Amino acid sequence: MNSKNTVTIGYGLLLLALIAAPFLGAYPVFVMKLMCFALFASAFNLLLGYTGLLSFGHAAFLGGAAYVAGHAIKVWGLTPEVGLLLGTAGGALLGLLFGWLAIRRQGIYFSMITLALAQMLFFACLQAPFTGGEDGLQGVPRGKLFGVIDLQSDLVMYYVALVIVVAAFLLIVRTIHSPFGQVLKGIKENEPRAISLGYDTHRFKLLAFVLSAALAGLAGSLKTLVLGFATLSDVHWTASGQVILMTLVGGLGTLSGPLIGSAVVVLLENKIGEFGNLLAALTSVEWFKTLGESVTMVTGLIFVICVLAFRRGIMGEIIAWLAQRRAGSSAKH
Amino acid sequence: MWPSDLNSLHLLLPPMEIFGVSLPGLLSQLLLGLVNGSFYAILSLGLAVIFGLLNVINFAHGALFMTGALLTWMAMNYFGINYWLMLVLAPLLVGLFGVLIERLLLRWIYKLDHLYGLLLTLGLTLLIEGVFRSIYGVSGLGYDTPELLEGATNLGFMIMPNYRAWVVVASVVVCIGTWYVIEKTKLGAYLRAGTENPRLVEAFGINVPVMVTLTYAFGAALAAFAGVLAAPVYQVTPLMGQNLIIVVFAVVVIGGMGSIMGSILTGLGLGVIEGFTKVFYPEASSTVVFVIMVIVLLIRPAGLFGKEK
Repeated sequence: MNSKNTVTIGYGLLLLALIAAPFLGAYPVFVMKLMCFALFASAFNLLLGYTGLLSFGHAAFLGGAAYVAGHAIKVWGLTPEVGLLLGTAGGALLGLLFGWLAIRRQGIYFSMITLALAQMLFFACLQAPFTGGEDGLQGVPRGKLFGVIDLQSDLVMYYVALVIVVAAFLLIVRTIHSPFGQVLKGIKENEPRAISLGYDTHRFKLLAFVLSAALAGLAGSLKTLVLGFATLSDVHWTASGQVILMTLVGGLGTLSGPLIGSAVVVLLENKIGEFGNLLAALTSVEWFKTLGESVTMVTGLIFVICVLAFRRGIMGEIIAWLAQRRAGSSAKH
Repeated sequence: MWPSDLNSLHLLLPPMEIFGVSLPGLLSQLLLGLVNGSFYAILSLGLAVIFGLLNVINFAHGALFMTGALLTWMAMNYFGINYWLMLVLAPLLVGLFGVLIERLLLRWIYKLDHLYGLLLTLGLTLLIEGVFRSIYGVSGLGYDTPELLEGATNLGFMIMPNYRAWVVVASVVVCIGTWYVIEKTKLGAYLRAGTENPRLVEAFGINVPVMVTLTYAFGAALAAFAGVLAAPVYQVTPLMGQNLIIVVFAVVVIGGMGSIMGSILTGLGLGVIEGFTKVFYPEASSTVVFVIMVIVLLIRPAGLFGKEK
């Protein structure tokens, strides 16, 4: 079987599973949350995995856009699609500003600058009147899509969200395989070479940054629409760390990696308490019961293990294993 | 005897005003700014030294700072070990911890892209903070000012809390000492040569891997020293290093990591600016360092003391 077919079948099965999920007993809101994070991680991977830029400030686009969309829908009374668009535009605008500043410095400085800028936005959100400070922006209504489709039902909301996330994911796939995406890869592999070929790498990097920020903004806006609130935790730097972890666990620079990685990380954070209780029951070590409160500890441990021993991530390892097997079998023939 | 509430001390002084702010009030904010600046200086100095030799941005610096402060608190509460002993012990212990981190973890990633160093130390930060958080929670633990430095001194134009003055003096002495060792001694010359070209230095018979380990340990010890100094000033909590390290990153971006003296001056200077902002426009005091970073990026992208590569 050739590898392209395997990939198509894999994505087909995933899509089928997502379409059927609400009827298979999955809680729609939880799956929607998963999809938002999958989109967030995919947008982030577009930048880190395909352009080689480690942004440590992606929480700003997720959380910033969440506030914009929430405010537009709740306070200005706009329809959900306009709210989503405004949120996405907000993310793009923030991305343009951050990118324009951060691209002036290379490598590790780039990461530190994006982190610092995102922290600045966090403090601004903490103090600004329209974000609701520590309480966050609560009670954002879902409203009616295009003024017609009522999103109040979780099931309707679920399929609308699925369409949006799949469309955004296809856009990312298209971008990566476009000539633009090839230039980005060229910059990642060797920036001086790309410059010598006549590419204005600054402009390409900035465009990639804005696109990634816009899609992260879409993820944040959608999350607000689904859950009905936007909170400070989405703008906090730990959310930036979380999306790095999702991408790293799933596999940097693989299309499917962020999807798997985000699912693993979100499930872990939700289920770690139960897992700890299970371990406590099995080993009768009482301490395991506190695992639920120390998610950061486990996250940190996974980070360390991933960087030291598992840099290709889950999908990266699978792809490498498949390639090796294929090479092995073709050598035999 | 002075009243215990230091904020009311200025009432004892003749009123003087600058831009509607009393002079003693202004000076006391300035001193508080210098205290913050001292921590920025020590931490950004450590980051710069580590980055110079290891090419790793040590995200865990804030967590090591916190470990220093928390160890000080633990030593006092569990074993009755006083502040002065911890001023030596905590940097030693955390330095030893640094040796372990470098030997067991960092050593494996030097050949990889810079970003893995940041990610590894980020994971380490979450791990360290998570462990302490599971034991001590997130609420602040108080630590009393050592008896010798309690109270305040009347300088005539302001009332100076002794402990704050001590923090600034001790930090500046440690910073200048570090600068002297690195810039003026033979040991420092090895270190600087190692930063430029480790293979050549190794060819001259210097044990570079040991030097790398000790450099990381030294940076960690510096962070812990700052943590001990901070214990009586800030609330000791497992998360006290989190926000600090991000501000220190901004300080490093502003100053550039090329110069030791540059890191020290930038750290102190930004602390003072932050202090002034607290007086004149308190809403901006948490963001002013980041705003300055943006301005510096616009005017001088390589940083104040950085060299364009």
